[in-house]
Amino acid sequence: MKIRINALAGIAIAATAALGLSACGSSTSPAATSSADASKGEITVYNAQHESLTKEWVDAFTAETGIKVTLRQGDDTEMSNQIVQEGAASPADVFLTENSPAMAQVENAGLFADVNKDTIAQVPAEFRPSTNKWTGIAARSTVLVYDKSKLTEDKLPKSMLDLAKPEWKGKWAASPSGADFQAIVSALVELKGEAAAEEWLKGMKENFTAYKGNSTAMKAVNAGEVDAALIYHYYYYGDQAKTGENSKNVTPYYFKNQDPGAFLSVSGGGVLKSSKNAENAQAFLKFITGKKGQEVLQKGTSFEYAIASGVPANEKLVPVKELEAPAVDPAKLNSEKVTELMTKAGLL
Amino acid sequence: MTTQVSAPETSGSTTTAGRGKRPRPPFGVSAVAVMAMLIALFALVPLGYVAVMTAATGWDTALELIVRPRVGELLLNTVLLIVLTVPLCLILGVGGAWLVERTTLRGQKVWAVLLAAPLAIPAFVNSYAWVSAVPSLHGLFSGVLIATLSYFPLVYIPAAATLSRLDPAVEQSAASLGLGAWRAFFRVVLPQLRIAMTGGGLLVALHLLAEYGAFAMIRFDTFTTAIMVQYQSTFNGAAGTMLASVLVFFCLVLLLVEVRSRGTARYARVGSGAQAKALRLPLHSYQAPAQLALLALTLLAFGLPLLFVLRWILAGGAEIWAADEFVPALWQTLLYGLAGAAATTVVAFPMAYLAVRHASWFSKALELSNYVTSSMPGIVVALAFVTVSIRLVPGVYQTAGVLIAAYVLLFLPRALVNIRAGLAQAPKELDEAAQALGTPPLLSFIRVTLRLTAPAAAGGAALVFLAIANELTATLLLSPNGTRTLATEFWSKSSEIDYAGAAPYALLMIVISAPMTYLLFQQSKKVAGQ
Repeated sequence: MKIRINALAGIAIAATAALGLSACGSSTSPAATSSADASKGEITVYNAQHESLTKEWVDAFTAETGIKVTLRQGDDTEMSNQIVQEGAASPADVFLTENSPAMAQVENAGLFADVNKDTIAQVPAEFRPSTNKWTGIAARSTVLVYDKSKLTEDKLPKSMLDLAKPEWKGKWAASPSGADFQAIVSALVELKGEAAAEEWLKGMKENFTAYKGNSTAMKAVNAGEVDAALIYHYYYYGDQAKTGENSKNVTPYYFKNQDPGAFLSVSGGGVLKSSKNAENAQAFLKFITGKKGQEVLQKGTSFEYAIASGVPANEKLVPVKELEAPAVDPAKLNSEKVTELMTKAGLL
Repeated sequence: MTTQVSAPETSGSTTTAGRGKRPRPPFGVSAVAVMAMLIALFALVPLGYVAVMTAATGWDTALELIVRPRVGELLLNTVLLIVLTVPLCLILGVGGAWLVERTTLRGQKVWAVLLAAPLAIPAFVNSYAWVSAVPSLHGLFSGVLIATLSYFPLVYIPAAATLSRLDPAVEQSAASLGLGAWRAFFRVVLPQLRIAMTGGGLLVALHLLAEYGAFAMIRFDTFTTAIMVQYQSTFNGAAGTMLASVLVFFCLVLLLVEVRSRGTARYARVGSGAQAKALRLPLHSYQAPAQLALLALTLLAFGLPLLFVLRWILAGGAEIWAADEFVPALWQTLLYGLAGAAATTVVAFPMAYLAVRHASWFSKALELSNYVTSSMPGIVVALAFVTVSIRLVPGVYQTAGVLIAAYVLLFLPRALVNIRAGLAQAPKELDEAAQALGTPPLLSFIRVTLRLTAPAAAGGAALVFLAIANELTATLLLSPNGTRTLATEFWSKSSEIDYAGAAPYALLMIVISAPMTYLLFQQSKKVAGQ
């Protein structure tokens, strides 16, 4: 007992002694500074893609090239803004996203290097920006998942815009805080203009229920809490491939017909201008848009669309051509405007 | 008979001790004051960041972003959450402590530990378990439920410690003057619990302001969840910063309430002889209902989360135990928790010392500056650190040092509250006596005060460790590349509704939190009973 208190006092004394240092220097003290890994050709990927998918890519890439990859995980806009904030000091070599507005933001800040030509040659023009400052790496389709016991086919909306109408009040869900949903809104702005988008968001605020995350929104439909949810397709297919526990009562509905609700969102990848290992970073981008990288999409468990190197989509998915997606230049999608409109509508 | 001596009586002893050679305070007070001031200034970095960003936004835009329906919704949610949860925590915490410490409750030793145990379960793990049990949980009611079950031990622990220390003489005097048991409780016992209740209540309220994960999971929007959403959409966006400034205002109001209700009474006991053992009120026919009530509380707050974590682990089978993922996460969580707890304790000491031994508007202001920072959600503090470090000291950006500095700022009050309580009960007369006997001030401080305060400091450190082990947002933003803690892994798995995959992390968080909770519980008793 006495000994223990003495030991505690000893710790406290040592700590007090350290105080002199930490009090003055705490704003700058790198207690355990991690050494920069620039030297060994390792690359750091700021990853806003699903972690499991990127891990598959990284493992295959490292196995083939021996280049080590460090992942930093985050959400699209969270990471794009962090990169913009970091500027030339960014530790990131590669940036991967789920959607393209965040890529456009980094591009507009002038922080991307040109994508190597042999990488661009692997990706069809509709899946990359005309500027070639970054490239598409995968794609995901907008879809309305619904509960068949509550909605019959004739009651389904013709267009995503119908969801803002009064008859849809209290019937549908979405995850407005996520980059996925914001990409859909930015496509809407691009296709129908700002005023129409603002009007739609107002109706949405009246009608919808907010969930955190697309999977959670789908789970809510499955559990009968809400009739339908506006999400991306692969959350459904991913769950079906696993246990189906969160999607057994759920059916996907594709808007098609070039509707804003048929929007095909491009996931992006780019190399930072400030990269100290640009060569390896470019090699990584080439790898994931190459045959082996795209086959990870085709054969893996992510159920996102393969888009490059002629690799077809996973056979369980509706083929890209049948989606009848509207044409949108991914470089034009504007995340700032979307946030502003959504804040105005009271969604954020 | 002389417990809770009032200030004038004790100051008499001070003057006799120091007639000829007035004992000097250990280290120069000025040195401590300078240290405390530096820390306070550092603590104001995030507040400064919010202020600068607000100013840069311009008054008109700021007003437009603050005065809008969405902020009204968040305001209502946050106010209701605090107004409902804090009193519930006080009732459960004080009620539980009273049953355990002052009645003839059977199995009181077991209950004493079980009532502290929910603290080992992070609020967002609690939320995850409840959502698994009742998937439709959402909104205010669920928020209050989960927050109350997660946070009432923050009141229970100090309340139980105070009650166990309380000199029964005071109650006996009250009884001899004709007060019944109930009236004696309200007139004599409850006022003694003032520090425990205001301190615990404040901690609960600050937790409520800053909590993100638990409320995000049950779709209950507060300022913090909304700031997080804004941040995910716009990072330094003006809207997020404006929300943060409203939050800072909130915190100031809470602190004012706490300072006013804390009062200026003295709580150190200097008396001759040992304190009598407290009398226990016989429960008689209330024994069974009391047992049932405690059982229900324990099952809801501790049993249910544990049960559902285990259920997910069984459902997930062997494949969820990917050792190459959870071993590094476990290791890093332990490392950051220990380093952060040590650093925070060291930094809190001068502040607590000033507050207790040299109370003034100055020391009060210094103390408050720390509370303000810690009331801000991790995300705001982290943003301030990203912005400041990358502009001013890019060399430390994304190093462990910056992350630990952020932890210190976020969790300083937890250490502060404990060390302050410890110091308040270490009679300064002992220190002065040692000096009068010829011990140099610094040595007498170390040999007497520091030694008496050590258990309290350990309790504070344990509380900080718990907080760091569960921290999510600042860790995500500031940690060195490749860092994974149990909390961040759990969160990434559970957001993809991979509840089974998240379960091992939940279990590990509970397992490493348990000894800390126990330490906290033990030390609080020691502080009270020394």
